[in-house]
Amino acid sequence: MARTLAEKVWAAHVVRHAEGEPDLLYIDLHLVHEVTSPQAFDGLRVAGRGVRRPDLTLATEDHNVPTINIDQPIADPISRAQVDALRANCAEFKVPLYPLGSIEQGIVHVVGPQLGLTQPGMTVVCGDSHTSTHGAFGALAFGIGTSEVEHVLATQTLPLKPFKTMAITVDGELPPGVSAKDITLAIIAKIGTGGGQGYVLEYRGSAIRGLSMEGRMTLCNMSIEAGARAGMVAPDETTFEYVQGREHAPTGAAWDEAVTYWRTLPSDADAVFDAEVHLDATTLSPYVTWGTNPGQGLPLSGSVPSPANASDEVERTAIERALDYMGLVPGTLLREIPIDTVFIGSCTNGRIEDLRAVAEVLRGRQVANSVRMLIVPGSVRVKLQAEDEGLDTVFIDAGADWREAGCSMCLAMNPDKLAPGERSASTSNRNFEGRQGPGGRTHLVSPAVAAATAVVGTLAAPADLPALS
Amino acid sequence: MDAFTTHTGTAVPLQRSNVDTDQIIPAEYLKRITRTGFEDGLFASWRKDPDFVLNQPHHAGATILVAGPDFGTGSSREHAVWALQNYGFKVVISSRFADIFRGNSGKGGLLTAEVPQETVEKLWALIAADPATEVTVDLAAQQIRAGDLVADFAVDGYVRWRLMEGLDDIGITLQSGDAITAFEKQRPEFTPTTG
Ligand code: SF4
Repeated sequence: MARTLAEKVWAAHVVRHAEGEPDLLYIDLHLVHEVTSPQAFDGLRVAGRGVRRPDLTLATEDHNVPTINIDQPIADPISRAQVDALRANCAEFKVPLYPLGSIEQGIVHVVGPQLGLTQPGMTVVCGDSHTSTHGAFGALAFGIGTSEVEHVLATQTLPLKPFKTMAITVDGELPPGVSAKDITLAIIAKIGTGGGQGYVLEYRGSAIRGLSMEGRMTLCNMSIEAGARAGMVAPDETTFEYVQGREHAPTGAAWDEAVTYWRTLPSDADAVFDAEVHLDATTLSPYVTWGTNPGQGLPLSGSVPSPANASDEVERTAIERALDYMGLVPGTLLREIPIDTVFIGSCTNGRIEDLRAVAEVLRGRQVANSVRMLIVPGSVRVKLQAEDEGLDTVFIDAGADWREAGCSMCLAMNPDKLAPGERSASTSNRNFEGRQGPGGRTHLVSPAVAAATAVVGTLAAPADLPALS
Repeated sequence: MDAFTTHTGTAVPLQRSNVDTDQIIPAEYLKRITRTGFEDGLFASWRKDPDFVLNQPHHAGATILVAGPDFGTGSSREHAVWALQNYGFKVVISSRFADIFRGNSGKGGLLTAEVPQETVEKLWALIAADPATEVTVDLAAQQIRAGDLVADFAVDGYVRWRLMEGLDDIGITLQSGDAITAFEKQRPEFTPTTG
């Protein structure tokens, strides 16, 4: 029977199947961080259980860690307690850990792929919803809660009901200046924050094939913002090229064997999806969000919507609430919205390619006086690579703040926060109320738009900038 | 885990849609390393508003939350479930729950009862008319009863069984230990290890 990519990966991991019960699925890679794991380790201790496969488990510190003065003890006592708990738990249960200060430390979803631990056809889980990122490799990767973290630690499996599948086909050539982030914001604006619910999304079509691994990761990362459990892209030459040679990638005969298997994974030509969505890449332009969920986005050329034009009562109140929180007036051109802070980073757009896109815009230009710009690499490796390429000099010369790796202002668990009422253009993934600090207002954008915005001081695309003389 | 068969209590109407887990419990409250004490973070920013529904004295002691559609979207933080439970909620009723939130709830023993939006609105009206209205959520019959309202609700069959038996997921899986070991023996050699 013809099967989709997701169905193939699922079928290859079923440990136990019984009618009327969830399948028991084997987990190839379990990523762990300090925020969603302490209660899971605690549960193991209480029940007298161990970690079944520490060798398929990897921990790093990312959500809480400061992005300055990382050689000093973490100032916030509660953050420090979480990080200390992770270190103690990893030591006790023999789980490999890349702590703050390690060259492999970084955001969990940047670290996995970068080490070559994320490979096609795998099942990957983490106590973090953006685990969907790893789907870019043709892995079935999804976020889990802390009870499930405990379950995977104890058994290396999860009882799960099969997901439905949705094909999102994006065909055509992307116009210049349009990136994976714009594709994903356009998709979520189209299908809504609940549109992917219950589905694994498979991104297909020529525009997707043309994306780099970084772009595919951005796309899969945001699948969760459409409500989906996971997002996937079928593995191809781009994937193999990215994986090959990385620390944990197979080598020699094992590499050939792996690639042979990986080539069998793409959805069969006649596979049937439970739902289909089509998008014409040639019609896309830079997208920005104006509201308080990632589905409230529009092309940058648009203006703040009016509740009067809502299709129903629920939408009308949602728009009103969002505008009130965001302090925006209907009809205002998006390009006229002034921004206080620009944040570059997160597991969505904190990779080297994203930093290059930012540097390309900032080179020879200055961040506007009214703007503070924070650039936070997704991992120590990304930081070193950027410094190797001299990108840090471009950032610093432009007046931006170049930081250490971590989640930072994506969720404001560390000192990097928006003040109440402060407005950001952010390359992260969530514009929820207070996500970047209590009372903070977030506009989600691509790295290129974020950089242009930093220069202009209002939401802007690189094409809006005067050419450099 | 305690077995859950039926629950009767008063209910709080949360007349908002798309309540994401950042609203249920903001990130700044996630730093505890225990499973208890999260009630202070529940709807923390909204609770600063004296008019917020949870701050109304007539809703004190309520154990059932009746929310708008798309409850629990966003971050996978299980702390959202703990915060609701630590505060005293046993059941959340909504016309649509986000997947991860629903999964987390089932594991933690918080019942998510899915009903048509129409039923949610009837419940809101009943509670508005009398905040002391007793709402019964009968998991065995998959039925909600309040005043003259009798409505069926949907819940995953397996989760229902586990909740009614009070069973721990890990214990169930460990019964398949042999199958897991057998599976591990035939995993391809090229799959990576982290060590
Ligand atoms: S960068 Fe943001 S979304 Fe990604 S793992 Fe960190 S907190 Fe979560």
